[in-house]
Amino acid sequence: MKLLYFAWVRQKIGRSEEVVDPPANVRTAGDLAAWLVLRGEGYADALADLKRVRVAINQEHASFAAPVGAGDEVAFFPPVTGG
Amino acid sequence: MIRVQRQDFDVGTEIEALTRGRTDVGAVVSFTGQVRDDAEGDRLKSMTLEHFPGMTERELMRVEEEARVRWPLLDVLIVHRHGELLPGDRIVLVATLSHHRSDAFEAALFLMDYLKTRAPFWKRELRESGERWVEARGSDDEAAARWR
Repeated sequence: MKLLYFAWVRQKIGRSEEVVDPPANVRTAGDLAAWLVLRGEGYADALADLKRVRVAINQEHASFAAPVGAGDEVAFFPPVTGG
Repeated sequence: MIRVQRQDFDVGTEIEALTRGRTDVGAVVSFTGQVRDDAEGDRLKSMTLEHFPGMTERELMRVEEEARVRWPLLDVLIVHRHGELLPGDRIVLVATLSHHRSDAFEAALFLMDYLKTRAPFWKRELRESGERWVEARGSDDEAAARWR
């Protein structure tokens, strides 16, 4: 599974992308975030409060209840501020 | 048509390209968003727009498609810049073409409201006091929600 991070989520985690192989009990985007939080302080700082974070699965906006699988590209980022 | 680019755009050139040779267009509305320095005593030095290559273009295309479903538009152009910008620089251009003005006006407002809450761009400001990420505004969500 490919993960992408943007804006302050990227800064807190300290990288813009990585490939991970989460355990079988990670079924949703929310599960994935909760699993990543366990990986360290930067992840926890970025992803512990999901009210401040948005997720996209395969370049489409998604909810944290949406399922994620091995071939997916999952992106975490703050609410957008373009325009 | 949508474009995501680092370089500046010229509004007159873009409108000319959209309307050249057409005799069916009765209304052209364009909106240009610019970098604004509105802080008193903490001047904005520059702003950097980060984006999500691929998804940003797809979201802008979806927003354009949605506008074309809702209004009888003859053409649509969205140009959005990324990278480092200075106060006064242009950020975004939305242009709508229609037979009658109300469709072009409404669609342009809709496009801006929607892209501000959907297109993956993030603004980082460099001010005299330091750097900070711009926070999303609840008023932008409300502006987008009125179109539902």
